Amino acid sequence: MTTTTTAARPASSAPAPADLRRSALPLRRRLTDGFAKGLMVLALLVALVPLGLVIYKVIEAGAGVMSLDFLVDDIPNSARRAGGGMGPAVAGTLIITGAAAAMSIPLGVLGAIYLNEYGKQNALARLIRTMADVMTGVPSVVMGLFVYVSYVLLVKEQSGFAAALALGCLMLPIIIRSTEEMLRLVPDELRQASAALGARRWKTTVSVVLPAAISGIVSGIMLAIARAAGETAPVVLVAGTAFVSNWSLSGDNTTLAAQIFKNAGEFFPAAQGRAWGAALTLMAIVLVFTVAARLISSRFAIKER
Amino acid sequence: MTVVDKSAQLTRKDRGRHADRLFWAVCVFAGLAVLIILALILVTTVNEAFPAFSADFFTSTDWIPNDPDGDGPRGPVYGTLAFLYGTLVVSAIAVVVAVPVSIGIALFLTELAPPKLRATIVTLIDMLAAVPSVVFGLWGILVLAPAIAPVYQGIHDVVGGVPVLGSLFGEPRSSGRTFMTAGLILAVMIIPIITSISREVFATVPDSDKQAAWALGATRWEMIKGAVLPHSFGGVVGAVILGLGRAMGETIAVALVIGSSVQITANLFESGYALPAIIVDQWGESTGDFRAALIGMGVVLFIITVLINLLARVVVRRAEIRMKGASA
Repeated sequence: MTTTTTAARPASSAPAPADLRRSALPLRRRLTDGFAKGLMVLALLVALVPLGLVIYKVIEAGAGVMSLDFLVDDIPNSARRAGGGMGPAVAGTLIITGAAAAMSIPLGVLGAIYLNEYGKQNALARLIRTMADVMTGVPSVVMGLFVYVSYVLLVKEQSGFAAALALGCLMLPIIIRSTEEMLRLVPDELRQASAALGARRWKTTVSVVLPAAISGIVSGIMLAIARAAGETAPVVLVAGTAFVSNWSLSGDNTTLAAQIFKNAGEFFPAAQGRAWGAALTLMAIVLVFTVAARLISSRFAIKER
Repeated sequence: MTVVDKSAQLTRKDRGRHADRLFWAVCVFAGLAVLIILALILVTTVNEAFPAFSADFFTSTDWIPNDPDGDGPRGPVYGTLAFLYGTLVVSAIAVVVAVPVSIGIALFLTELAPPKLRATIVTLIDMLAAVPSVVFGLWGILVLAPAIAPVYQGIHDVVGGVPVLGSLFGEPRSSGRTFMTAGLILAVMIIPIITSISREVFATVPDSDKQAAWALGATRWEMIKGAVLPHSFGGVVGAVILGLGRAMGETIAVALVIGSSVQITANLFESGYALPAIIVDQWGESTGDFRAALIGMGVVLFIITVLINLLARVVVRRAEIRMKGASA
């Protein structure tokens, strides 16, 4: 079919070998093929250009205000005023994200153990799996509203802890699903060997299955932390705001993401500069966790069966 | 005698039995936490928002949260249609832009890219997903919006006279903070999701199908069109629905670049508002019924995104079953 146009038929009765060279294709098919490939490369560029522009701008504008003082100084209480720093936001980001991680990691890992070691394919496990997927899609602003009505209204105080609750709820389904994926990769032979040695189920899980999957689990957790550190809406709704560092979980607090949001809409160049500086700091934190996650998972990965 | 004793120990009901039971219970509780939280979200937010749910809430386009005449005849009106409209419009723009791009990238990665390049590109796309949405919003409001306004003006000047296009691409807002800008930013943010799921789907196409296409003399594009795309249609639809759900719930970037004006207009170059955006924007100044109305919009958003995500799971699962059936 591809050869009819160009191959000259010899006079002998034996049919000529088909001409399979690319140049034998009709021009229209060759052009369509090249056009489609071009579009694929173009699609890639369309996605990578904004990424490059954003990263370039954050580094360029953020480096202008970045200094050690910027990372520790208090936030000026007037957006108009130049100088000052993002110290309270750095403190808030670390403590709120840390508290969220402390709440969601045990719950998430244990939930994943239930799904993979006990529930497997029964109805409850399937329901939890589906609902964890659904929960991943719940918008962060809804999680903020949830914590507001069910916690902030009860204790009548906005606080870093409330924000940590909301971020923890956002991290939980991510941790459950990524941990379960990792537990599934642990070969059944390990569990059987442990059982044959007389270990109880919980002992097998804690001392054989978890250590075997730990690198993957940690890397999934780090990605969840990186995501939570950049969440803005729940912090804006339930944490209030702060101008001096608050290293406790009670009382008003703020984070880098919330400060970026607040300062981005300001007209004053000083505020915009602080927003870029905060963006650079936040990107650095996210990058550290993302890269660490990749290193851990590639260095210590269990081989897939 | 001792031998008998030892075998007896293996079945003795010791403390370990209780530890096993306890560990199981703790794990089940952790798993149930997901269901409990989701149920609590629905119950508590609906309860708190209940005063706001009136006929106006779902049918009115007026949003007058603070009574303009003091105690005058016009009380506050909490109509949310304009926000629902804005959410639908920006998500639609995002999906229309992101889907072809994501499918293109996914095809490039699975069918075209040399293996060495593949890992690098996957890392870059992952980085796109790792950038916090507020950073995209910051870039959108300070860099993209001012830069893209003249582009909108140019497009308007060219197609302004054409019937349908003229109303879609009408007189642009000079700030550049518009439905279109918000949609474009959202598109960039959902590209990684749609790409990664599409990639997984394309990877499940059986090699025999592809080789059959090669053997028939297909070009690469003809192979993709004839073997890859028909096989993965269902999965890609699921990926698109998931991206749509993410776009509808995205808050901060949209709040920054959509321009914050309550109106329903076909003009994509005008300012608008979206459900999540108004919640964070007006949260600080709201009290009483006003705040209840904002929470009510959160409930609407929650229900929409849960339904969309469930739908996506059903579609993906059905596609998976079909694919496994085909390859078995």
